[in-house]
Amino acid sequence: MEQFFGFAFTGLPYGCTYALVAVCLVLTYQATGVFNFAFGAQAFASAFIFTWLTQYKNWSGFEAFLVSVVAMGPLVGYAFDRLLFRHIANSNTTAKMVCSLALLVGIPSLLPVIFGPQNLDATATILPFFNPNVVYFTLAGQPINGIDLSAVSVTVVVLVLLTILLRYTALGLQMRAAVESRRLVQLDGVDGNGVVAVAWIVSSFMASLAGVLFAPTFGAFTQDDYVTLTVVAIAAAAWALLRSLPIAAGMAVFIGVLTTVLQGYISPSSFFYATILPSLPFIFLVGALLFLPKMRELDASRDPLATIDPPPPPIAAASRAPTMNRIIRTLWWIVFAGFCVSMLTWIPDSWTTVFNNGLTYSIVLLSITLITGMAGQLSLCQATLAGVGAFTAAQLATHLGLNLLVGGLVGAALAAAVAVVLALLSLRLKGLGLALMTLAAALLFDATFFNETSITGGPQGISVQAKWLGTSAFFNFNGHAMFLLSLGVLIVVVFLVLLVRKGTVGRNLAAMRGSETATAGLGVNPSWQRIMVFALSGAVAGIGGLLHSLEQQVVSPTDWNADISLVLVVLVVTTSVTTVEGAIQAGIGFFVTEQVLTTVLPARIGGSSLTVVLFAFGALTYAAHPEGVLEYQKRRHTMRFERLFFAKEAEAEERKAARAISTSGANG
Amino acid sequence: MADGDHLLSLRGVCKSFGGIQAVHSISFDVDAGESVGLVGPNGAGKTTLFNCVCGQLRPEEGDVVFDGTLLNGMPTYKRARLGIGRTYQKVEVFTDMSVRDHLMVAERARRGEGRLWRDLCNMSNPTADEKERVDATLELVGITQLADISVNALGLGNCRLVELARALAAEPKILLADEPSSGLDLRETEELAAVLRTVQRERGTAVLLVEHDLSMVAQVVDRAVVMDVGAMLAAGTFDEVMANPEVRNAYLGQVDAV
Repeated sequence: MEQFFGFAFTGLPYGCTYALVAVCLVLTYQATGVFNFAFGAQAFASAFIFTWLTQYKNWSGFEAFLVSVVAMGPLVGYAFDRLLFRHIANSNTTAKMVCSLALLVGIPSLLPVIFGPQNLDATATILPFFNPNVVYFTLAGQPINGIDLSAVSVTVVVLVLLTILLRYTALGLQMRAAVESRRLVQLDGVDGNGVVAVAWIVSSFMASLAGVLFAPTFGAFTQDDYVTLTVVAIAAAAWALLRSLPIAAGMAVFIGVLTTVLQGYISPSSFFYATILPSLPFIFLVGALLFLPKMRELDASRDPLATIDPPPPPIAAASRAPTMNRIIRTLWWIVFAGFCVSMLTWIPDSWTTVFNNGLTYSIVLLSITLITGMAGQLSLCQATLAGVGAFTAAQLATHLGLNLLVGGLVGAALAAAVAVVLALLSLRLKGLGLALMTLAAALLFDATFFNETSITGGPQGISVQAKWLGTSAFFNFNGHAMFLLSLGVLIVVVFLVLLVRKGTVGRNLAAMRGSETATAGLGVNPSWQRIMVFALSGAVAGIGGLLHSLEQQVVSPTDWNADISLVLVVLVVTTSVTTVEGAIQAGIGFFVTEQVLTTVLPARIGGSSLTVVLFAFGALTYAAHPEGVLEYQKRRHTMRFERLFFAKEAEAEERKAARAISTSGANG
Repeated sequence: MADGDHLLSLRGVCKSFGGIQAVHSISFDVDAGESVGLVGPNGAGKTTLFNCVCGQLRPEEGDVVFDGTLLNGMPTYKRARLGIGRTYQKVEVFTDMSVRDHLMVAERARRGEGRLWRDLCNMSNPTADEKERVDATLELVGITQLADISVNALGLGNCRLVELARALAAEPKILLADEPSSGLDLRETEELAAVLRTVQRERGTAVLLVEHDLSMVAQVVDRAVVMDVGAMLAAGTFDEVMANPEVRNAYLGQVDAV
């Protein structure tokens, strides 16, 4: 029994930091309706600054705490609210999720851009009277040092203070009311924006606090360590139905303690230690999503004033005057022909690779166009599905000698099958629930299949061999063969996506986005529609994954992990998730921007990180322009151009529509 | 047609939410081509009963039989394919879609179509037959001129008509209309009543109408069922139930008081 308690006490400091972030998630969701995925990133950012100040600037732990937590936490929270989330308070769940995902992706990428790459080793504690190197006492044989004491004591104090704030103050009552409708409480004379700002400030402070308490438990830490913090917190918040702070905190502590207890009892060389233990938080998360019926109702809009919001604008292509449409289509064909000729003639090898990468990425991104653009759901495991396709093809080539491209079709089928399983598991989930389920799946794959050397060849991946393709043409530096292959597959996929969009399934999905209840009431089976689009999306991602790995000449697990899934979403929503050209622009735009930044800027800044940051900032505009920044600009400039050259035609179209509405029986 | 030749039969349907009995042992029938009004004050359980018939809610007790088929446990989309159409108290339109596309979704859903392979083979273009039926429904409801306009541009009155046209495009055997005149002015309400009468008489579609506007109910229905606090209070011809003292007390009495 003493051994059990010894293991349990070891997990307590971890559990406490998980609890802080879990409480942040619940608090923010309850007060603002935003599920902020970025709390883990905020925690990492504070830990980064805290450690940088103590390790490289020789500040004391307390001084660094004042800057990285007391000042930075609330400031960041206030900035999030004032500059971003306040403006999307009335947006749908997907828009809010996309913005928080953009922050999750953007914040960790921004740090190396500002500070340069750092080796961080946290050794200081925030409280001067707790020395990290001193063992104060032992509990069940376990030494308790200053790091453990500060983590537990600070968490307890903060949670007690928060409970008092929420239960016994007028501000707490107003916070609970604001979640229903910020606009409605304003009608009652409450400063709804101020109330929500306080919620952001408090929760961001707590996330920052969790970050600096968490770092010394690792010593040397990286961003990956904070993924665990985020996922455990999400799982705990899910078990609390994003409502109960005590349950969220208790569940987080339980998961932290259970992990260390299992670590103590299970042999480190066993299969369970390597696969099940790292997956424990995801298993808890999936369990909550599958077995708690209330998790299916998360997306139900509760704002009584939601009906006063205007509908989203139509995409540019749908609102153009016919002549303008013809001109733009012709221009697109000219640009396309020019691009093809250039790729096959004068473009240098280094840029050929860039464009080929962009084309293959575009195929993967089109899988998001299917799920998010057409079905209106957010999948956070598209990179995983791409990886399933790529690794399947590589394994079939390695063990059976199957041609890689033929194996790619098998891989696409397997990726489709995985997507169908996910769709079946998530049949009753929508919006946030579905996003969490797909995120859990991506992380589960990272911890299990993609972590298995026999499948992925280890962190370095599996090198693609020319004999698997029957030709070395795809490895030539001029990249012409690869270009033609990528372009051919991309064109086929684009046509398939367009056919689905204009077909019955596409129309049904569009109807479901408007009202799933009414669609089912007409005789459409929503579950079946969703399964079909998931299957197609999985297959497209699988094929894209193989082609991109082929271009890289290696199938690597780091190319297709959960982080990449998040980046993919951020990329495509920045341009346009509703159009096929949005996916292509995102794919090519990402690699072109990265190449330009790498060439122009110093290596310290890092072209890749900065590119992700730029796209993440672009994705933050999703709520204001759910059609994508590029699509918004396209519509804006198209309208300006129309007013100049086709004013009469555009006006005639508008008049025709207005006349039809005014002469109908009930014009409202 | 089984069950005594009734198109829709409700037998002791009960539904509660927590401790609140929203619908308590409701039983009545609707015959093919008949128009029945379901009236009662707010909170009487009319919409809950509609949800039980359509499958959006599952009754705890009782049976719902439609066209000889026991519907208990059957999902909403399968009930719709059997011929149950519906409009909603709070308008449910498909944002961003044109009016014609609304009807096309219904037209295809009626036949349970929506196969991905047909889309991928470019075999999903609307046929001449489908276009003709959609146009006929648009004309019946009187919104032909709105066919290619996005519902985003329409007001509440037009949206209600679109909802009605969409439900009729599925060619239901029974139409459950949930407060279709809500938010409409007097002229619009009269036009809507005329459409419902036409649908019933020319297409032979049975209509189960939930409506607070009793003058509209009187114009449209052959019989009426009155509900109050989840229970059935009276049933009969419209004039009979309106003359019922209990009904007057529970429902009309409140109106008089106002």
